[in-house]
Amino acid sequence: MGALAWLEERTRYGGAEAYLRHKEVPRHRYAFTYYTGGITLFFFLIQVLTGLLLLMYYRPTADAAFESVRLITSKVRFGWLIRAIHIWSANLMILGVFLHLAATFFTKAYRRPREVTWLTGVGLLFITLTFGFTGYLLPWNTLAYFATQVGTEIAGDVPLIGHAVLVLLRGGEDVTEATLSRFFGIHVAILPALTTVLLGLHFLLVQIHGMSRPPGVARAGGEPFYPHFMLRDGLVWVLLLGGVAILATLVPWEVGEKADPLAPAPAGLKPEWYFLFMYQALRMLPPRVLWVEGEMLGVFAFVVAGAVLILVPFLDVWAARDRRHHLFTIAGVLAVLFVMAMTILGLRATF
Amino acid sequence: MAPRRILAWALGVAAAAAALVLLVLPRGAWAAPAADSCTACHQNLDGPLGAPVAGMRDDVHARRGLTCASCHGGDPRRAGMDAHDRRAGFVGAPPPQQVPQFCASCHSRPDVMRRFNPKLPTDQLARYLTSVHGQKLRQGDTQVATCVSCHGVHPVRGLADAASPVFAPNVPRTCARCHADVARMKPYGIATTQFDEYKESVHGRALLERGNRQAPACNDCHDNHGAVPPGVTSVANVCAQCHSATRDLFVRSPHKEAFDVLGQGECTTCHGTHNIAFPTDEMIGGTEPAVCLRCHPAGSSGSAGASAIRAGLERLKGAIGEAEGLLGRAERAGMDVSESDLDINEARTQLIIARAATHAASLSAVTPPVQAGVAAAGRARAVGEAALAELAFRKRGLFVALAVIGFVALTLWLKLRELEARHRA
Repeated sequence: MGALAWLEERTRYGGAEAYLRHKEVPRHRYAFTYYTGGITLFFFLIQVLTGLLLLMYYRPTADAAFESVRLITSKVRFGWLIRAIHIWSANLMILGVFLHLAATFFTKAYRRPREVTWLTGVGLLFITLTFGFTGYLLPWNTLAYFATQVGTEIAGDVPLIGHAVLVLLRGGEDVTEATLSRFFGIHVAILPALTTVLLGLHFLLVQIHGMSRPPGVARAGGEPFYPHFMLRDGLVWVLLLGGVAILATLVPWEVGEKADPLAPAPAGLKPEWYFLFMYQALRMLPPRVLWVEGEMLGVFAFVVAGAVLILVPFLDVWAARDRRHHLFTIAGVLAVLFVMAMTILGLRATF
Repeated sequence: MAPRRILAWALGVAAAAAALVLLVLPRGAWAAPAADSCTACHQNLDGPLGAPVAGMRDDVHARRGLTCASCHGGDPRRAGMDAHDRRAGFVGAPPPQQVPQFCASCHSRPDVMRRFNPKLPTDQLARYLTSVHGQKLRQGDTQVATCVSCHGVHPVRGLADAASPVFAPNVPRTCARCHADVARMKPYGIATTQFDEYKESVHGRALLERGNRQAPACNDCHDNHGAVPPGVTSVANVCAQCHSATRDLFVRSPHKEAFDVLGQGECTTCHGTHNIAFPTDEMIGGTEPAVCLRCHPAGSSGSAGASAIRAGLERLKGAIGEAEGLLGRAERAGMDVSESDLDINEARTQLIIARAATHAASLSAVTPPVQAGVAAAGRARAVGEAALAELAFRKRGLFVALAVIGFVALTLWLKLRELEARHRA
C-alpha cells in the first residue's frame, strides 16, 4: 500500500481535495479584493510562529521584560530577526485587516447570507487591535509605558463603565507590573484562544458560502479554488515574505529605553499609527461640548461607531436584496477619509 | 417664665454669640490697632523720606515682624515729630561710618538672631573690619562699601530672593557697580576689568548664562563681608574649595616648590584669575598655545615632558573617538550596541582622571588612566566592529533569502501560467 493510499484510508483527505477542486472563485473586475483575507492570514501565521519563538526568551516582569527583549535582539541567534519580523508583520497584519474590512464593506460581501461571517470578521478586527495594544507594552520601554498609560486613560473615558474598564485593564489604578503581566496573559493566551475560535468559524463560513460577488458586477467566468487561486495566493504570500524580510533586516525596531514610571512622559508621545486617528480626533474636540466632557463624548461616539460597524449587514437592507445603495458607500468613503485625514494630522502634529 | 430665668437665658445667648464672633473673626481682628506713626507720616512724604514705606513691603526684616522703630528707634505710638524722641532711642538714618555697627547691633548678637534665623552667622561685623572695605572705612573713607551698598536698604531682601542684589547670580553685577566704575576706582588704583573678564570666564558663563548657582561669584573667592584679594599665597586654597582633587595633585607635583620659590600663584599662573577659560588639552604640551611654554621653552626637557603628557591624552581621545564613530555607525544602522555603554563610559571617565592628573606634572601620573581608558575604548570598539560585521552578515543573508524567495515566486508564477493555459484550453 502506497503512503498516500495509507493516508487516504485514515484521513479521507481526498474528500477535502475534491471539495477544493470543485470550489470555484468567481472572476470579475473586483476579484483582486479576494486576496486581502489571505494577506491577513499570512501575517497572522507569521505572528503565531515568531510569537512562539519570542515566548521562549521573553520574561513578563517589570524587572526582566526590557532586559529579556534586549537579550533577544543582541544575544539570541537570529533573535533580532524574529523580533523585527514579529513587529513588522504585526503592523502589516493590522494594515491587512483594515484593507480586508474595506474590501468586504465596499463590495458588500456582508450581505445575506454572510452576516455571521461579517460578525466574526469584525470580532477578529477588534481582537487584532487588542493584540497590537497589548503587545506594544510588552518590551516595557519608555514609549510603550506612557502610550499604555494614555491608551488606558482613554478607555477610562467610556461613559458609565470607564473607570471599571481602566482598573480592569491596568490591574489597579496605575500602569504597573500587574498591567504588564495582565497584558502578557491577554496577548499570548486569551486573544489567541479567541482568535482560534473566531478564525475557525470565519473560515468555515467562507468555505460554506464561497466568495461573494459584488451586487451588479458582471461575472467574467471563474477559476478553481484549488490549485489556481491557492497558488496565486501562495505567490502573493511569497512576495510578502520577501517584503517583510527586507523591512526586518534593513529597518529594525529599536528596543528604546527601559520604562521608568517616575520619569516624566517623553515629549512627542503618540500612539501607534492604527490608533492615531482616534487619538487625534479626541485631541481636536473642545474640553466641553454643552454640559458633557469633550473627550468622553468622543469616546462615546467611537463606541457608537463600533456598534454601527458590527450591525452593518442588518442596517444595509438594500444590500440584502442584492441592490446597491449609495448611502452606505458614501458613509464608508466618509469614514475612510476621516480615518486617513485624522491619521495624517496626527502624524504631522507635535504633541 | 420668671424674669430671672429670662435674664439668665439672655446672658447665656449673648455669651455664646460673643464666643462665636471671637472664634470666627480672624486672629488679631479684635486687638487694638497697632500705633505706628512712622508709616502714618512717611507714607505721605515724597522722595527719600517717603520711599522707605513702599520699600518695606519687600523687606526681610518687615516680613519677620520688625518695624521702623526696631532699627531707627523712637516712639511710634506718638504722633508727628514727637515720635522722633531721642530719649526713646531715635537715631534716624545713620551716617555711612556708623552703618556696620548699626546693622551689627542685632546681626552680631547670637541671642537676637536666634529668634529670627538661627542659621545666620553673627560674625559679619568682625569679618567686615578685616576687609579692605572695613579698614578704609575706619580710616574715614566713606566711599567704600558698607552693608547697605551690597544688601540695599528699604527693602533689604533675603538671600534667596531673586531680586536681591546679593542673590548669587546678581552678586557679580552688584560688585561691578563700584568695581567696574573707572572714576570711582581711580583713587584706589584698582583695575576695573574684572567683571568683563569674569562674564566671559567659565565661571561667569555658568552662573550668569546658565544660572548654575554652584558656580562661584566674586564672594566665593574673595569672601563677602571680609572681602580682600586672596593674594598669591592663599589663592590656591580658594580654588581648592571646589577643585580639591586637582589641588592635591598639584601640591605633590614639582611645580609646587618651583611656584613657591618664584612667588607665583599656584592655579592662577596657568588658568588666570577672573578670566579663567574652559580648560582645554591645548593648554598642555610643547607647542603653542600651551601654557607650559611660558616657563619651559620649546626643546627643553620640561617641554618634552609636557608633550609626552599631551600625547597620552590625545591617544586616549583618539581611541574614544574611534570607538564612538564605530558604535555610532552601528547604532544608526539599527544595531543594538548598548553592551558597550559601560566601557565607553569607563573610557570617558579615565579621560577625566587623566586630565586631572596633568596637575601632577608627571607622565607617570597620567599614563595609568590613559592606559585604562585606551583598554576600555578598545573593548567598546570591539563591540562596534562586531555589530558592523553582524550587519554585513545580515545583508548577505537577506540577499540569499531574497534570491530563494525570488526563485520560488518565479516557479509559482510559471506554474500558474501553465495551469491557466490548461484551464483556458
